[in-house]
Amino acid sequence: MSAYRRAMPSTWWLRNRAYFLFMVRELTSVPIAVYLILLLLMVRKLAAGQEAYEAYLRFLATPGMVAFHLLALAAALFHAATWINITPKVLVVRVGEHRVPPALVAGVNYAAWIVVSLLIAWIVMRG
Amino acid sequence: MTRSREPLWWLLFAAGGTVAAFLVPIHIALSGIAAPAGLLQETFAYDRMRALVSHPVSRFYLFVLIALPLFHWAHRFRFTLIDLGVHSARRLIAVLCYGTAVAGALATVAVLLTL
Repeated sequence: MSAYRRAMPSTWWLRNRAYFLFMVRELTSVPIAVYLILLLLMVRKLAAGQEAYEAYLRFLATPGMVAFHLLALAAALFHAATWINITPKVLVVRVGEHRVPPALVAGVNYAAWIVVSLLIAWIVMRG
Repeated sequence: MTRSREPLWWLLFAAGGTVAAFLVPIHIALSGIAAPAGLLQETFAYDRMRALVSHPVSRFYLFVLIALPLFHWAHRFRFTLIDLGVHSARRLIAVLCYGTAVAGALATVAVLLTL
């Protein structure tokens, strides 16, 4: 690193709302990853047998785990919204000479998000 | 000069971010909130869930669901640490973050193969 580069204080993200929300968005990836590890553990308990699996479900019902999953859901929803809102900037759709309005691209993604979520819920519950 | 591996990590980040956005929220609601609350007792009954999860298509799906967002985490966490001022160990940070994701992906394969 150049000696002439001014050090940025590590609290820069507390300076304003946009920086703070940027940091929140980056950190949503942490509870999402932790949730997926907990889900993997659930699959492991399924493989281990009924007793292990049912004990794990009881563990997930403890207040700390319930609180974690509520936080993880909020994080995942925030991530989903920011991800979809950024899509029109990454993916510029053109029809002929006209650019499809960014709001429409995001809207289609939100609609797809709802359909996919319902489909997963249906498969898990009925499949 | 060695060829950059950045495009690979970025691709995995993008794929993982999409999986995390579109698939993860409903799964948290189902297995992390509704199941422990006892709302879906029939759905999450042992025999039924084991049969559902053991299907080859489900196993492949679970691999995508679990492994890809780990790379999304690795990429974001790597740059968050750098943004927070950890400049001295950039290479080590990258190795640890992506290494953790690779280890997680391998662990996912191992668990899914035991079913």
